[in-house]
Amino acid sequence: MTDQHGQAYKEEAYELLAELETSLLELEESPDDRELIGRVFRAMHTIKGSGAMFGFDDIAAFTHEVETVFDLVRNDKLTVTKELINLTLAARDQITAMLDASGGAGSVNASVSVKIINGLRALLPQATTSAAPVAVPVETGPATTLNGVTYRIRFRPSRDIFANGTNPIGLLNELRELGQSKVLAQLCNIPVLTDLDPETCYIYWDVILTSGRGIDAIRDVFIFVEDDCEINIDVIEDGIPGDEGCDKKLGEILVERGDLAPDDMHEIIATQKRFGEILVDKGLVTPESVQTALVEQRYVKEVRKERQKLEAAASIRVPAEKLDILVNLVGELVTIQARLTQTANGRQDSELETIAEEVERLTGELRDNALNIRMLPIGSTFSKFKRLVHDLSNELGKQIEMTTAGAETELDKTVIEKLNDPLVHLIRNSIDHGIESPESRQAVGKTRMGTIHLAATHSGDSVLITITDDGAGLDKEVIRAKAIEKGLITATAELTEKEIFAQIFAPGFSTAKKVTNVSGRGVGMDVVKRAIDALRGRIEISSRRREGTTISIRIPLTLAIIESLLVKIGVDRFLIPLSLVHECVELTRTDVANAHGRNLAAVRGQMVPYIPLRKRFCIGGEAPDIEQIVITQVDGIRVGVVVDHVIGEHQTVIKSLGKVYRDVSGVSGATILGDGAVALILDIPHLLREVELEAP
Amino acid sequence: MSVAAITETTQYLTFVLDRETFALDVAKVREILDSPGVTRVPQTPEYMRGVINLRGSVVPVIDLRLKFGMSETVQTVNTCVIVVEIDVEGELIILGALADSVQEVIDLESEQIEPAPRIGTKLNTDFIKGIGKHNEQFIMILNIDKVFSSEGLTSIRETGTEYSKPDSNSSGSDFAS
Amino acid sequence: MAKIIMTADDSASVRQMVSFTLKQGGYDVIEAVDGMDALTKLQSTKVDMLITDLNMPNLDGIGLIKAARAIPACKFIPIVMLSTESQDTKKQEGKAAGATGWIIKPFKPEQLIAVVKKVLG
Repeated sequence: MTDQHGQAYKEEAYELLAELETSLLELEESPDDRELIGRVFRAMHTIKGSGAMFGFDDIAAFTHEVETVFDLVRNDKLTVTKELINLTLAARDQITAMLDASGGAGSVNASVSVKIINGLRALLPQATTSAAPVAVPVETGPATTLNGVTYRIRFRPSRDIFANGTNPIGLLNELRELGQSKVLAQLCNIPVLTDLDPETCYIYWDVILTSGRGIDAIRDVFIFVEDDCEINIDVIEDGIPGDEGCDKKLGEILVERGDLAPDDMHEIIATQKRFGEILVDKGLVTPESVQTALVEQRYVKEVRKERQKLEAAASIRVPAEKLDILVNLVGELVTIQARLTQTANGRQDSELETIAEEVERLTGELRDNALNIRMLPIGSTFSKFKRLVHDLSNELGKQIEMTTAGAETELDKTVIEKLNDPLVHLIRNSIDHGIESPESRQAVGKTRMGTIHLAATHSGDSVLITITDDGAGLDKEVIRAKAIEKGLITATAELTEKEIFAQIFAPGFSTAKKVTNVSGRGVGMDVVKRAIDALRGRIEISSRRREGTTISIRIPLTLAIIESLLVKIGVDRFLIPLSLVHECVELTRTDVANAHGRNLAAVRGQMVPYIPLRKRFCIGGEAPDIEQIVITQVDGIRVGVVVDHVIGEHQTVIKSLGKVYRDVSGVSGATILGDGAVALILDIPHLLREVELEAP
Repeated sequence: MSVAAITETTQYLTFVLDRETFALDVAKVREILDSPGVTRVPQTPEYMRGVINLRGSVVPVIDLRLKFGMSETVQTVNTCVIVVEIDVEGELIILGALADSVQEVIDLESEQIEPAPRIGTKLNTDFIKGIGKHNEQFIMILNIDKVFSSEGLTSIRETGTEYSKPDSNSSGSDFAS
Repeated sequence: MAKIIMTADDSASVRQMVSFTLKQGGYDVIEAVDGMDALTKLQSTKVDMLITDLNMPNLDGIGLIKAARAIPACKFIPIVMLSTESQDTKKQEGKAAGATGWIIKPFKPEQLIAVVKKVLG
């Protein structure tokens, strides 16, 4: 729940920061624009205000400094200078870094914050610089949440608290949400039933709470009732580890020094009355008070124990290469495990088979965990693009807003890294060729501000990334003419819209009329295509004239290991990614005869085209009487792949075929089977495309 | 000719392709394998025999006989794969080359090697570093990097699809209908 | 069933904002244009919470709170008043009249929801 709000805040903040950047750069041009100053102030104000609300206290505190400065600017007490703009831009970047860091991406250099704050303070008129330069904070970070401070809160409501519509239980529940807690109700003031007024509150509460949110968060709970109720908040455990060891008891010290024999000590202790009992006996305190004090004592002990555990389990930083090595090793293990399973099955030794099954299960879990460690949200990449959009649109005199969705979508770290360059290129292209200038946009009745929307979502075992702009769209005829001019297609070729758009990815293709800094050097889209291909991904363009262009990239979640279906044709074995497999049906000779040479099979009343792989791959030998069609589905299109036999599911560690086979078609990689032989992974989308192209 | 050049000796691995003896600089050779099971990669030229499992790595295997215009290598007990490290466009690539049999490692001084004759060999002379003589036998010393130069190897696609593209009557002709 | 909250304010824009925010938050909303209107509606409709402005024609916020507390169905419901920062005395006055809490104007939708959640549980 808090996470969700935090996420919403971060999204809002990222957007505000992007806006802020625009406003600041515009402000540099027209430093007196009150509207812009107001916008900067409000952006800072919201980042700060909401930041504090969603627990981004460091961001709130930092932003406050910038807000203070702009409040003065807003009230004409300070003028906008280049220095101020630069500092504020730096502050913007720092806030972005803080946001990134809170999402686990990167870390924040606290000394940069200090430098910016000191710089901003130096700009303030003398009268307002009351605060000394801030010192470099000592080791902040997650320590605050980990080392929660334990408080004892005594909440004694006024007896008529109900008359104000306050429900004390609600307040207690609010306290509970702040951290780990124990609530002890004190019932000693409740009168006998005849004297009891049901509209009066007789109970009071002792709450022991461990929270990293600070004492102010606790006070805030009682904000509406603090004037009429007795509220005492004491720190009973400060959360700083290390002082636990020094509270030795007298007996222990005497024994340690050798002044007292351990046996004697235990004997004495056994006869000794407990301290609480003595107090109750003397009538100094009530048994209930002793009881609650004991609860408190136990609680503090538990908190300390818990913290030690937490400290041990806190996250650690590991160099990325170590993870890569781990994943590679897991890959090897999966391969060798397949061999073990195969060997075990051949031995008819039930004991060995049991062991093999265990190893298979463990390997599977290990694989999932190892791959999971490398998964990162794509959001960190997205936020980088906002600056890019910003800088470039300014350079080109365009107004472009960038929106994102699905920043939390997780992808393998290596995939994210390799996606960066192609995405940069595509976004540059959208800015340069897609979005029109504000004037031309206005002329065709669009808003002056163009939008680029970057979205990521999971779809099966892949991630779909789309870049959508509301720009001019692609001109089919221009592309076609260009493709003919470059000799990429013949003048008579009849191509579908999709195929024409796909020409953009051909090497050396560029429709830019003017060479700019941003794109248009005629290199690029083919490089993008190649990069996406290398990720085993696919890229597609759809576009409508004057309405905009959408580029869709579909990328597999991981590059390392996939589930696939092992099939056989003759002696050759192939793998089909399981995510694409829909079902398997039989294909008999009669079916083939009835189809009269057409490669179509009736599957549940629908005609599904199929690829006779034996023929396509020129594999010798005779097909069995009953062949199998593996029905696959790509982008909603179903196509069958005809094989001799379907062997079963297979954990496939993907191996590259290497540079030599870089241009091979129909096959996307290879794997090593349990018996040590190499099997090829079929590139179903490619096969489908090839067949589509061959179709008359 | 300088003294250093005269005394320069290189070790060569000799092997047989269709009764002719060839040699490779041993520095290029990583290991020699008994002929393992080769997995054919479809839609590639015939001389690209496929891929093998070399201790967990997938390594391509080339049929040198086909590459040199001889008949296809026929599997015998002597057939083996010479695993070489070659330089293609500045990148080191591991490749397996099929040979009818591997013979021995010999020392040849540079003066024992003569330039390849322009005529009298069916081989592309670019592939040959020179002709050596050893035990009264002529040995063709291969320039293995050239054999697998960019043109000869990484642009397999054109020839590949040509080679195995099924005729349009038999496949896929009904897809648009 | 969704909880019903009444918003009493003579400013249509504030009413609209409060109403929209609360509806987004999953509450049902009854609007009242001033204290009198609110009181009339409270007598016939049971609400779970009241959010009232202080400065209103006909019957002001303090008057409304006092009158509402006299209605048995409203005796223990949370009543939150909207005030501006400068009116600290008003705050005390409101508390004395029976208000549960207050929201300082101007406020953001999330703040409103936070307070509603706080007093409504």
